[in-house]
Amino acid sequence: MGVNYSALNVFREGLRNQKGWGQAWRTPKPQKSYDVIIIGGGGHGLATAYYLAKNHGLNNIAVLEKGWLGGGNTGRNTTVIRSNYYYPESAALYDFSVQLYEGLSKELNYNVMFSQRGMLVLAHSEPEMEMAARSVNAMRLNGTDAELLNSAAVRKLAPILNYREDARFPIHGAIWQGRAGTGRHDAVAWGYARAADNHGVDIIQNCEVEEIIVEGGKVTGVETNHGTIKSSAIGAAVSGHSSCLASKVGMTLPLHSYALQAFVSEPLKPVMNTVAFSPSYGTYFSQSDKGGLVIGGGLDRVPSYGQRGNLPMQEAVLGGLVEMAPVLGKVKLLRHWAGIVDVAPDSSPIIGPAPVEGLYFNCGWGTGGFKAIPAGGYLFAHLIANDAHHDISRPFDLDRFASGRLIDEGAASGIAH
Amino acid sequence: MQIFPCPFCGERNEREFHFAGEAGKTRPDTTTEISDVAWAAYLYNQKNIKGAVREVWMHLSCAELFILERDSITMDVVGSISFREEA
Repeated sequence: MGVNYSALNVFREGLRNQKGWGQAWRTPKPQKSYDVIIIGGGGHGLATAYYLAKNHGLNNIAVLEKGWLGGGNTGRNTTVIRSNYYYPESAALYDFSVQLYEGLSKELNYNVMFSQRGMLVLAHSEPEMEMAARSVNAMRLNGTDAELLNSAAVRKLAPILNYREDARFPIHGAIWQGRAGTGRHDAVAWGYARAADNHGVDIIQNCEVEEIIVEGGKVTGVETNHGTIKSSAIGAAVSGHSSCLASKVGMTLPLHSYALQAFVSEPLKPVMNTVAFSPSYGTYFSQSDKGGLVIGGGLDRVPSYGQRGNLPMQEAVLGGLVEMAPVLGKVKLLRHWAGIVDVAPDSSPIIGPAPVEGLYFNCGWGTGGFKAIPAGGYLFAHLIANDAHHDISRPFDLDRFASGRLIDEGAASGIAH
Repeated sequence: MQIFPCPFCGERNEREFHFAGEAGKTRPDTTTEISDVAWAAYLYNQKNIKGAVREVWMHLSCAELFILERDSITMDVVGSISFREEA
């Protein structure tokens, strides 16, 4: 078990040539059976295992990851954390997540570098300002912090943006959420992995689930490339590959998988102190602590499982960036990548039991899974441990598609999620 | 940019095409009672296959729907089939 991470130990290890840290988590061989198996060692899966152990007293848990920890969408997002949502159900979910993020570094004894630098959602016309006021009011009624800013106030926060009146989309103002910000995505996965391991969770990497074993309508285990592992409770947190896993028990899910691209520029001196998103340009960006601009936008237009992006969306996102902040026109890109995200018809996540007893799904986060990791893990653990929903996750059950109670955040936010 | 084949107009820029849905779904018989679950399954559930897929696409320029066969991992296009020829 690793050493506690503290200033005192940093000093002590500095004197001891950094030899006493130990490993952050073990590399165990899988046991024959577990109380709970979590499929997917990304943020949501690792957080679920951690909260199952911490909140529900379970200690015989395995996380099975087909690649390496956080190698999927947890390591491929743009690290934005926010809860500026329109519908009460979404605000309750995402604000719970922001609250957990606020205490996460301390809770996990791992610096997830949550920097609450705030986020601007730009409004580019007077009608858009009216819609922005409506959103701000909705957010405040939902208990989320939100403010409506005029153009001068936006300029103070993000002077690099294009304030000319002849801009393609001139800036009239913005919705501001001050508690939003960015985090260190890998640290969230590693922090949860280390904390879960400390609670006795077996994290097994390079372990791909090939079949889900169902006997008499109940799950009894999984076949993997490491052999058969038994369990009567299986939680799937595999984002873009949820449909593939569901097909193993003859299920279909209301999901499409798409590539979502992101970009990072060469490191620059500090030029951007906050996160700015323009729904009209379809682009958002922030600046990382290393100085790189982290740039994102909407989904690719073609359903895909190829973890790479396509040119039309690159042009739209980067063209939007150059219109948003023309001074960035000569900045060079350093890297560009894509992750496969699972998108539900209402752009809201799915947390709930499958028709097969003992199987649970945490999926459908679309483009917004990173910010929801702590809440997703917390609520999914509650669902698996009690076989019943937490109040916050109840509206996100699969049954909303039959009942018609969709939570249409895709329409509410005006961008493909 | 990718080139997609329209069965009517030939090879065109992917931006001219719109993904409409998976091919092969059968609309439930609406002259009889349909359960909410069955209707929701028809409306929303997808196979969302990793690998060889058959999809309904529209070429926006000519507004014709057709079947596109492609690979959802490599993005290779295998073929495009007109609904008219099939009918």
